[in-house]
Amino acid sequence: MNFHDLIGHLGQHTVDGLSKGAIYALIALGYTLVYGVLRLINFAHSEVFMVGTFAVLGVWTALGAKNNPPLGVAVLLLVVGLLAAAAASGGVALAIERIAYRPLRRRNAPPLIFLITAIGLSLILIEVFGQLLPDVAGGFLPTLFGRPRQIVGMPTIIGQHGVITIGNTVITNVQLIVVVSAVAMMAALDWFINHTRYGRGVRAVAQNPETAALMGVNQDRVIMLIFVLGGIMAGAAALLWSMRFGFTQNSVGFVLGLKAFTAAVLGGIGNLRGALLGGLLLGVVEVYGATLFQSRWEDVVAFVVLIVVLMFRPTGLLGESLGRARA
Amino acid sequence: MGNRVRGLPAWQRWLGLAAFVVFLYYLPLLGIPGLIWLRTDSIDGGSNWAGVLFTCAVYVLVAIGLNVVVGLAGLLDLGYIGFFAIGAYSVALFGSPNSPVVQAIQHRFDLPATWAISWAICIPIALVLALISGVLLGWPTLRLRGDYLAIVTLGFGEIIRIVARNLDGVTNGPQGISAIPGPEGPPSADNQIFGLIDVKPWYWLALTAVLIMVIGVRRLEHSRVGRSWLAIREDEDAAAVMGVPGFKFKLWAFAIGAALGGLSGFLFASRYAFIDPTQFNANLSILFVAMVVVGGSGNMVGVSVGAVLLAYLPERFREVADYRWLVFGLAMVLVMILRPQGLIPSVRRARELRDRAKEATVNV
Repeated sequence: MNFHDLIGHLGQHTVDGLSKGAIYALIALGYTLVYGVLRLINFAHSEVFMVGTFAVLGVWTALGAKNNPPLGVAVLLLVVGLLAAAAASGGVALAIERIAYRPLRRRNAPPLIFLITAIGLSLILIEVFGQLLPDVAGGFLPTLFGRPRQIVGMPTIIGQHGVITIGNTVITNVQLIVVVSAVAMMAALDWFINHTRYGRGVRAVAQNPETAALMGVNQDRVIMLIFVLGGIMAGAAALLWSMRFGFTQNSVGFVLGLKAFTAAVLGGIGNLRGALLGGLLLGVVEVYGATLFQSRWEDVVAFVVLIVVLMFRPTGLLGESLGRARA
Repeated sequence: MGNRVRGLPAWQRWLGLAAFVVFLYYLPLLGIPGLIWLRTDSIDGGSNWAGVLFTCAVYVLVAIGLNVVVGLAGLLDLGYIGFFAIGAYSVALFGSPNSPVVQAIQHRFDLPATWAISWAICIPIALVLALISGVLLGWPTLRLRGDYLAIVTLGFGEIIRIVARNLDGVTNGPQGISAIPGPEGPPSADNQIFGLIDVKPWYWLALTAVLIMVIGVRRLEHSRVGRSWLAIREDEDAAAVMGVPGFKFKLWAFAIGAALGGLSGFLFASRYAFIDPTQFNANLSILFVAMVVVGGSGNMVGVSVGAVLLAYLPERFREVADYRWLVFGLAMVLVMILRPQGLIPSVRRARELRDRAKEATVNV
């Protein structure tokens, strides 16, 4: 128990936690969107994120990115990375829906079967990126797919240095970018769902699929839309992850996905604003927990939070609401 | 096929069953010409045949236990590896003279350095610890919907692994624990039967455990408890209306499944005489689920076949061993899409799924 460190550097730990939680929140959106509409946990969403990180890595390698490029180049690399990650993640999410979920929906399969299919898909994606691609493409793309299942490093596009100092709390430029852009992405998504025609369709299907169908909402298209939106958010999270942590691995999604799911449940799964709240909160709680105990217990903190939340408040802090949102 | 077997006179069925059991016991000595290519040591660099059979038997035990939870009660448990690990660690912590727990007891009561709790007493310890952990996990979480439960159990499996890795003072952390005893005590040159080199007796032991558990679970399946599980799986609300206390029976399924998982982990650790936390990762947990759903969840024959296939094929066909997880993933997706009832389905489960498909609404 290290209360002294926790209290002494409370501000710093909060900032670190928030910048971590922002990434959880972006991934959590994917879980929340799909759950809100289909009442189904898309177990393969963590691998959608993983594919995004590899897309960023691939584009940066292809463009010959070096550490600490000049500002103009850095911005270009980030934009291209974001586009690539969003395209790859959105595409994979869509493919998952078409290949795995749609045939099951047609047959009205029980939820358990969806979940098992998703686990299988998740395993396939992990293996394709960990074993198959390095085996097949290792000769052609040595830097990109070095050795099976190894951690692959990425170039540092923006060197991390403190920009704001309050007392003994230092906020780095990367932390600032991560939190601001995550919140901005989420605000944009929230606006999209609440104020556009497509968003109205999503809310209608979430509220009552049959009635929505009678009112002329194309359900298949809405479901495709939410998978793509969730995928794009996971792609954005992948870029932020690449900026902040600078590595990826085929299994990078597993623990991160579990935490993002925890964040979604914590805020209220099916609730977009809940995902933001849950993500930021989980990030902070986790950093506090890691400081109080030791960092090697960090992952346990998230899982214990998940169990405790489900025990006492299974609908999360803000409750489920994608369907019940103001029409 | 199932119906034809059931249509035979009782004495023919019993004779067939007895012949099959004898064949199972004969398997490690398999030498029938033509069948020898089945043996995993018939290929270059193949693994020990009895060793593979032992693994298959342990996995069958796992599948039978997980089938109680997933197949009968319809609760998707992705943290089954946690119970497996608890069983393995019980025999390691209490039975091995190298474990910090045993050493602490020795120190406290001035016992000789070779003292440890004997293997036979570790069996009830493992069963009880696994059972208790099943209840502890199930109590808060079994009120949740199926898919929440899946994620929570996945987290539980990870917690057990992380605890095993980080609690150095109790579990020896990443170094693991060696000298785990078998029926004849810690592994040594004096072991006449259950040694490290000859695996055949281990296979026969595991097979015996499997047969006993098959009988036990079969009795359970056809009891009031088993029928309640099926009712809950099919429709929990309807079952509740009919007076089946859902939570209670779900907790029973969880606890019994956990105890069986503990027993399999116990056998596994005894045979290898060494365990460390890396052996209990989430992938293995997903392999367990794959065995059950690919084989045919709800049907004991089905899940056993699933377990044997997934344990045996990568050993016999070494070419696929590198891609084994890819193959498991593909098998899970393909089976769920093309044949959701599994390879050898339970008759009742197949009927349920057909009913649901018929009820499908036009636009969903």
